[in-house]
Amino acid sequence: MAETSPTAEGRRRLAIRIDARVVAGGTIVAILLLTAIAAPLLAPHNPLDQDLLSAQLPPSWSAGGDPAHLFGTDSLGRDTLSRLIYASRIAVIVALVAATLACVIGSLLGLAAGFFRGAVDQIVSRLIDVWMSFPPVLLSIVLAAAVGAGLGSVILAIVVVDWTRFARVIRAETLLQGQLDYVAAAKVVGLTPTAVLTKEVVPNVLPLLATLLSVEMGIAVLVEAILSFVGLSVSTDTPTWGGMIAEGRQLINQTPWLLALPIGCIIVTVLGFNLLGDGLRASLDPVQRR
Amino acid sequence: MGNGAILRRLLLVPPTLFGVAVVVFVLLRVVPGDPVSMMISPGATPADIAALHARYGLDLPIAEQFLVWLKAAVSGDFGVSITRRQDVLGLILGRLPATLELVLVATLIAFSIGGGMAILGAYFRRRAPEWAVDGFVAASLAIPDFLWGLLFILVFGVLWPVLPISGRIDPRVGVDFHTGFYLIESVITGRWTVAGDLLRHLILPAMALALPLSAIVTRLLKASLGEAELQDYAQVARSRGFTSGRVLILEALPNALISTVTLAGVQITFLIGGTVLVERIFSYEGIGNMAVDAMINRDLPLIQGLVLTFAILFIVLNLLIDLLVAWLDPRLQHG
Amino acid sequence: MNAPVLEIADLHVALASASVPVPLLRGVSLTIAPGEVRGLVGESGAGKSMIGRSIFGLLPGGARITRGRILFDGADLAALADAERRDLLGSRIALVPQDPMTSLNPVKRIGDQIGVILRVKLKMARDAARARALELLAEVAIREPARVIDLYPHELSGGMRQRILIAMAFACTPRLVIADEPTTALDVTVQRQVLRLIHDLQHRHGAAVLFVTHNFGLVAKLCQSVTVLYAGRVVEDGATANVLASPREPYTQALLAATPRFDRPADALVPLDRSVTDTLLSDARAYDAAHAEAYR
Repeated sequence: MAETSPTAEGRRRLAIRIDARVVAGGTIVAILLLTAIAAPLLAPHNPLDQDLLSAQLPPSWSAGGDPAHLFGTDSLGRDTLSRLIYASRIAVIVALVAATLACVIGSLLGLAAGFFRGAVDQIVSRLIDVWMSFPPVLLSIVLAAAVGAGLGSVILAIVVVDWTRFARVIRAETLLQGQLDYVAAAKVVGLTPTAVLTKEVVPNVLPLLATLLSVEMGIAVLVEAILSFVGLSVSTDTPTWGGMIAEGRQLINQTPWLLALPIGCIIVTVLGFNLLGDGLRASLDPVQRR
Repeated sequence: MGNGAILRRLLLVPPTLFGVAVVVFVLLRVVPGDPVSMMISPGATPADIAALHARYGLDLPIAEQFLVWLKAAVSGDFGVSITRRQDVLGLILGRLPATLELVLVATLIAFSIGGGMAILGAYFRRRAPEWAVDGFVAASLAIPDFLWGLLFILVFGVLWPVLPISGRIDPRVGVDFHTGFYLIESVITGRWTVAGDLLRHLILPAMALALPLSAIVTRLLKASLGEAELQDYAQVARSRGFTSGRVLILEALPNALISTVTLAGVQITFLIGGTVLVERIFSYEGIGNMAVDAMINRDLPLIQGLVLTFAILFIVLNLLIDLLVAWLDPRLQHG
Repeated sequence: MNAPVLEIADLHVALASASVPVPLLRGVSLTIAPGEVRGLVGESGAGKSMIGRSIFGLLPGGARITRGRILFDGADLAALADAERRDLLGSRIALVPQDPMTSLNPVKRIGDQIGVILRVKLKMARDAARARALELLAEVAIREPARVIDLYPHELSGGMRQRILIAMAFACTPRLVIADEPTTALDVTVQRQVLRLIHDLQHRHGAAVLFVTHNFGLVAKLCQSVTVLYAGRVVEDGATANVLASPREPYTQALLAATPRFDRPADALVPLDRSVTDTLLSDARAYDAAHAEAYR
């Protein structure tokens, strides 16, 4: 029988079978990223340009539409399509930065709690409990209101609220992994705790992390939309999907497309991240646990 | 859950609330920005502004401010709202019933839809209705409550305006109520037209809140039903000639409900947080809507009071659910 | 001459799999006369529970009766209308299940569980059903029936739960009771009580019993006749006394030799010789090859 070291075993189990959802979700996310990066190239107009003569125009295919404005304009004459495209930048920045930060902080704390146990675990677990006894939406709004408007506060709000999501799951997973044979084997061989952590536990926790991160990005986009809807995000000039929704809500009878289009963007974006996350979970599921 | 456990849970409440109060208090005050900036009229002198600060106790050190607030709060005085110039407690109590009714109706809808779909999916396992149920669940889970709310507004506000999309009641219908619980009161006193109007206003925000929860309920209950149907007691019931429908509802369901309520119970508390946005979107006059205003305007006393209220609701709801589970499961009643 | 209560004729059950069906029962035949107690002996996987499941129509997913008939009091069970068959089950044909710890609904009171059988099968009114339930509990030697009737299963011992399940089986005066290893999950001391109970009730109600077990010792105590099963086929069949005294088949002999008996020292136990079971297995495979159409 061939000899297999514990580490090689662990890594072999990460064999990836690509799930259809990974492709679908990944495509959507890729399109989103491209749109955000290439916004200046894709947008037909400057999103901040006001043209009061062309205010509240419907989409170009409706009666009264203007071909120059594919999706119409808002009450200040700003082109909807351009605003939608530029708003994707905010969504992408928030998704990438906030989700990653929440992931890193939460995972580190969760890893520490699950691996070192004892006092560390107690402190982290109590923290998580207190944190989770608060409605998340409320907490983010309070935080954003407290810190003041701006992208930084949005990211802060998301990170401060959502780190518990990662910490909880990673902690449970680490506790579970810590009990498995290969960790005991590594300890017997004489690896230090941190070495065991990095070489054995982390690789097995990574697949789960990838899924959580993807889903968290979707959540971050949603929270940003909520905060900008309420007016607590970036300045009102900068286009955000949430801000556009708020305006669309006010003038729902005059400009319903201003409400529908950003909603569509958000749904597609969140769907993309969710599909990617679900697909990753199915693809990377370590079969040995069955 | 024995009485001892309940008592212990209750004893944990004050410290938790205290912790919440401290956190919010500190958070709101260490932050740059002047809370009374809203109230400063143009042409105010520095002396005027200082007087405003003194009036709201903002010239004291933070710890002292907190103690002052705490002392008053314990005796029921939560201060005066900076933006609305009214007693905070009164403001909150005035709007609280609206939110409670919304949450109640949303929960009922969520469990009705969720329960119905789960039973449907379990009865028609591996056939068309189950696929339909699974599809509905997937869609519902992908769309959070506030997006549902916005979608409803689009549909029922623009495309097919058959339902109102803002407010709690049509003022022309009549507003002479004794309590803040308009819906409950009108149902009890038999004023059906009023109740009908209230429901028409309530149904869209309640559905927006309910749909994500119902998807979770469906998923959990369907899975629990599936497990229960495999148990020995279900097989034995079938050996007695009972139909699969009967076994599903009378044998499996009581067991499945218990584990579902336990797991879904936590999710119900998220309904409370959801009211913040949904009420805002539908201009529904509850505490969620008021909370958004308070936060944007940095109305500290009001924010403080509201946050405490939400925390209390959260805790009470959790407790009620635990009690419900204990009541439902005979195995938990004997220690 | 009385018609048999149960007649299983050439029963073939197979698991329909992707390519080749997997045979579970290979042409099993047995009869039980009214009031007779027949033992069904076999190792795990011999097919004993498949026979019971076929009678109750509870075959696991994918398994089907592919040939043969099951006749109850002369009537072909498969040919009956759904409602008719469901009517028989639980009243004229009853099951005493194996595991008392999991065979009662944990969230319903004992009285309700017995009551539902009486109300649905015998159309009794609520009060009458409760009174009858108390009688049934007393019949299975439950002390304080009035207290037990309102208890939940988790408040009772395994032995008590099994006695309640027996009471539920005999509640509608069945013609046939299938006892599926009713004492396997119980302590030895309780086993005896339960066996005696089954014997008494069977005698009192005149019910026939198919007593499924892997323990020949229990068969000796309770059953007038015995069928030995291996690999889904009947190996030997006859009056218990005869089979015990002079077993014809090598497998039966080996099985008896391996059965612990308190009047024999433990080291007199002889484990089953592989050659005996190997022969039976190859016989079974030969049968399958020759009778492939029986499993479609």
